[in-house]
Amino acid sequence: MTRTARKALAPYAFVAPFFTLFAAFGLFPLLYTAYVSVYRVELQNPGEMQWRGLDNYTALFTDPFFWTALRNTFTIGALSTVPQLLIALGLAHVLNYRLRARTFFRTALLLPYATSVAAASLIFAQLFGRDFGLVNTLLGLVGFDPVDWQTGTAASQIAVSSIVVWRWTGYNTLIYLAGMQSIPGELYEASEVDGASKWQQFLHVTLPGLRPTIVFTVVVSTIGATQLFGEPLLFEGSVSGGISHQYQTLGLYMYEQGWGFFHLGRAAAIAWVMFLLIVALVGVNALFARRRSLKEAGR
Amino acid sequence: MSSSPAARRGGRLTYGVLVCAVLVSAFPLYWTLVAASRSNADLARPMPALLPGPRLVANLQAVLDEADIGKALLNSLIVSSGITVGTVLCSTLAGFAFAKLRFRGRGALLGTVVASMMIPPQLGVIPLFMLIVKLHWVNQLQAVVLPGLVSAFGVFFMRQFLAQSLPDELIEAARVDGASYARVFWSIVVPVARPAMAVLGLLTFMTAWNDFFWPVVALSSQEPTVQVALRQLGGGYVHDQSVIMAGTLLGTLPVLLVFGLLGRQIVGGIMQGAVKG
Repeated sequence: MTRTARKALAPYAFVAPFFTLFAAFGLFPLLYTAYVSVYRVELQNPGEMQWRGLDNYTALFTDPFFWTALRNTFTIGALSTVPQLLIALGLAHVLNYRLRARTFFRTALLLPYATSVAAASLIFAQLFGRDFGLVNTLLGLVGFDPVDWQTGTAASQIAVSSIVVWRWTGYNTLIYLAGMQSIPGELYEASEVDGASKWQQFLHVTLPGLRPTIVFTVVVSTIGATQLFGEPLLFEGSVSGGISHQYQTLGLYMYEQGWGFFHLGRAAAIAWVMFLLIVALVGVNALFARRRSLKEAGR
Repeated sequence: MSSSPAARRGGRLTYGVLVCAVLVSAFPLYWTLVAASRSNADLARPMPALLPGPRLVANLQAVLDEADIGKALLNSLIVSSGITVGTVLCSTLAGFAFAKLRFRGRGALLGTVVASMMIPPQLGVIPLFMLIVKLHWVNQLQAVVLPGLVSAFGVFFMRQFLAQSLPDELIEAARVDGASYARVFWSIVVPVARPAMAVLGLLTFMTAWNDFFWPVVALSSQEPTVQVALRQLGGGYVHDQSVIMAGTLLGTLPVLLVFGLLGRQIVGGIMQGAVKG
């Protein structure tokens, strides 16, 4: 090979390892999911595929548990994403003060992030136990009746969401803190000269400055919420997400269809629905972010 | 005096809020230790004890009897180390090309990388599973390692770092001296990239160690990672809560140790904009 040819090809050699793996284990499975979703494929013999057209999808849309899972994904998603981001915003604001033991606080808040989904879910399942769980014990101390965190719909969804909130709040706090630190101090000085209170500063300087960061965390958390799996699976250890599927998410429903009932084709259809859901949610997000910036530009 | 919040000193309320947040963050982990070191009967009392008890060793022994945790820990170590080394290497190679080399299709390829960060890999899991069945990789560790090497975030992260920290002149000078691209990579790029490689390695290791969905699908109880073994413990084979908590403690401890030693770097890495794993 000539020297010039080698020089021209070198960059491709550098990106080749990543893109080879990406093509085989990232892109191909993603695209092929759509193809599998119109076939009948069973777990026992994944090599044999029978054309089914849209039957997997109609089967899905006529299964009441699909709709339960879809609804649960939204409610658990909201119950976990909203508090998580609001608390993170508040904590980041507080962490942004000049503090002693700064590194300690930042690191300690990130402890839950270092804990695996599996471990966190088992720990919370124990804490939320009906008879001997610590949460009910504490509720009893302040005079409340014990709550059945596993069978009640709202109660179990709150319990499952709390695992997500616990694990991700510290992570988002640090992302917000990084965003806050890049807001120039002069903006705060100027607003103080204008007589703004601390709260007004937070509303009119901090929040607008954090906009891109907030959009980023909302998108990432939404995608995460759409595919919740380990938390509902291990909360009680069953693939159905509670006796009446009261906290079964789409991610868990997909696993149940594919690896519980052996319908890989049907599971692929669910994956494709989840994909469209994510695209729609990210699209709505982008739209909101754009409209807000247009409005602001017009001011 | 400047009035930027960053310059303002935290008051008592500030510390109060933070201490509460730290307690909420740490308590479930502390509780794991308490529950793992007590008997089931201790946990079933109307007012359970809040201090560690004497049964930790017995409960750990029970875990070792119920599930092959030793093998699971070893498997997790192999899988996570393999994924970490491979991901860091692939990401540094590609990140360098995207940061410093000009080539046709660079923009489009980088666009693909960034766009794919938005799409959760979980959605491709069925064809991926069919693929590993075809390759007879079910229950084999490479079924977890190879797909784990795909990290668009890693490529992006290394690109950002190298674009800022690696001067073009350094590469040009080496090229003028007749160094090959491979030589440039090993003697110039890697030394400059080392701090970023360390941070990416830490984050990758943690994510790989804690990964749940794909290992549960691709592996079984015969060849589990720690997370798969935890699922077995929680999945109804064991009803002894304190044994389950002992297993949880065992599976969490390695990452917590890494975290205790290198927490500062991990915090730094996330504040540079890490992405959910």
